[in-house]
Amino acid sequence: MKDADKKRLLREMLFARRFEERCYEAYVERNIGGFLHLYPGEEACAHGVLEAARTGHDYVITSYRDHVHAIKSGSDPRAVMAELFSRETGVSKGRGGSMHIFDIRHRFMGGYALVGGPFPLAAGIAKGIQLKGGDEICICFLGDAANNQGTFHESLNMAALWGLPVLYVCENNLYGIGTRIDRSTAVLDQYKRVAAYNIPSAQADGQDVELVYKAAVKAIKHVRGGKGPYFLELMTYRYRGHSMSDSNAYRTRTEERMWSKRDPIIMLRDRLVKDGKLTLQEYKDMDSAVLDEIEEEVIRFAAESPEPHISDVEKYVLAENDPWVRGGGQHG
Amino acid sequence: MAEIMMWEAILRAHDEELANDPLVIAMGEDIGVVGGTYKATLGLYDKYGEKRVIDTPISENGYTGLGIGASFVGVRPIIEIMSVNFSWLAMDQIFNTAAKVRYMSGGQLTAPIVVRSPGGTAHQLGSQHSARMEKVYMGIAGLRVVTPSNPRQAYGLLKSAVRCNDPVFINEHELMYNMKGEVPEEEYFHPLVGSEIAREGRDVTLFGYNISVHWCLQAAGLLSKHHGIEAEVIDLYALSPLDRDGIRTSVSKTHRAVIVEEAEPAVGVGAEVMAIINEECFFELDAAPVRVSALNVPIPYNHALEKAALPDANDVVEAVRKMLGI
Repeated sequence: MKDADKKRLLREMLFARRFEERCYEAYVERNIGGFLHLYPGEEACAHGVLEAARTGHDYVITSYRDHVHAIKSGSDPRAVMAELFSRETGVSKGRGGSMHIFDIRHRFMGGYALVGGPFPLAAGIAKGIQLKGGDEICICFLGDAANNQGTFHESLNMAALWGLPVLYVCENNLYGIGTRIDRSTAVLDQYKRVAAYNIPSAQADGQDVELVYKAAVKAIKHVRGGKGPYFLELMTYRYRGHSMSDSNAYRTRTEERMWSKRDPIIMLRDRLVKDGKLTLQEYKDMDSAVLDEIEEEVIRFAAESPEPHISDVEKYVLAENDPWVRGGGQHG
Repeated sequence: MAEIMMWEAILRAHDEELANDPLVIAMGEDIGVVGGTYKATLGLYDKYGEKRVIDTPISENGYTGLGIGASFVGVRPIIEIMSVNFSWLAMDQIFNTAAKVRYMSGGQLTAPIVVRSPGGTAHQLGSQHSARMEKVYMGIAGLRVVTPSNPRQAYGLLKSAVRCNDPVFINEHELMYNMKGEVPEEEYFHPLVGSEIAREGRDVTLFGYNISVHWCLQAAGLLSKHHGIEAEVIDLYALSPLDRDGIRTSVSKTHRAVIVEEAEPAVGVGAEVMAIINEECFFELDAAPVRVSALNVPIPYNHALEKAALPDANDVVEAVRKMLGI
């Protein structure tokens, strides 16, 4: 990876961190409602994988912890924040919220709130790609706990059976809501579980964006090369609770401190500093610029945007003026 | 017009739609090599190949979700779930994703899938193969629900459902695949909304759908023959949305309503049609509407018990006689 790309990734991850931290504040300020699942600590996963993908060309789908994946896929952060602020200018026009970020122009196919729900949807998108004969792939990001859903097994079986171009990325943050993985899951190494379906897989350090990128390049090459699905497990950690309603009482402070020493942003920053490619002052300036951008561009846009019209509450339930509902042209 | 069986009508609709658009696919358990439990896809595997006529594993939620995902990128899947009893397993994907994705994406994404599935009580299939689930599907916003009572509807509803941009659930019936009826020889698209007058009448309206239309028609014949009562029979082939105009028009004409459903009464088609009658034309009524439903029991295996649990034409006749005091 070139130094310029590393520096860009550093800024992108820092932006993602500050964006999510600002969401936390906006939630406390009651500008964001509902459930809010934040991504700090896991930034290297989405950034490393999607850096290796062709964003806007490849399809991306994920769970409810979806803001950062959308932004890295190409979504305007202002429209993502406006969605969280439930505004008409939001990516999903204020109808989706934090767990349902959709941005189809960038082929970001959505955040879904049922754990494990996207597994078959991703396989289906891949089936569509296969039928149409394109060179796109579908990348599905889900957490480790989703692998205990039936959809995991059903989807991996079909993806392998039909050689579908789908990359499943497991962001293993060790907790399913508040239950530690060894208390919910018989096999701790998630990448081993897909051997049951003859799907090639790998496990990588999800805190080191360069290692994630390297593993993703290999995985994507496999999938795009027509060799069928691939499963990439990334070992990571979320700093905050599962959602805003989570007191985080189930984890030890020792464990949290251990992981914070392997912070993906700090690790990349220090590497760049050590290699003489970045000074700490430059990093501080970068951080200030990011904070300013979030406050002055992103938050301001969201806060100043209009709410949806109440009279539009029944819009988007069913297709409008679809002639086939009345039997095409034959029934007037 | 040719007279063909219901399964032949559904097969013809599949065949025409697969031929019309290379992105139309059919998928489900045993639909390919075997040709479908009820022959609805017979011969299509050989004609269109395994990539478009897909034998799925027995993973209802998984393959339904896969069909939904494919529909996001332009594919038009016709998903057969072998029995509605198995579709409970797929309801997560149908309800949580297909029915909601248009709304929660602010209109960006739609799931134009068709899910076809036979429900109803056949002969001694026991509790877990005798569900009548139309009531569950019709209660969910974002989904269209239709249910054919004859081969013409089965053919035309599937054709329109494939082309429509909304997710459509087609509730078929295990006992009706060999039912014969006339289907136009030219291509025909049946509306996914509205209702049909299956028999004109003036004294009472019998509302039916799917198999219960036939009980209503049989009852209307008996009422005419033995009692001189002319019942109107309305075929509610569209269960969601229900045809409020059609319901109001008929009740305003006959002033009496009996709703006939194969399912248990609670939270069902009967309850919903009664609510619509109350909302639309309460003051047109000369008698309180009644529903003729199954008993509130899991369907028993024993044939006599099974028969006792279900309504039939005689129950409809009795309900009308009681309503009219004859």
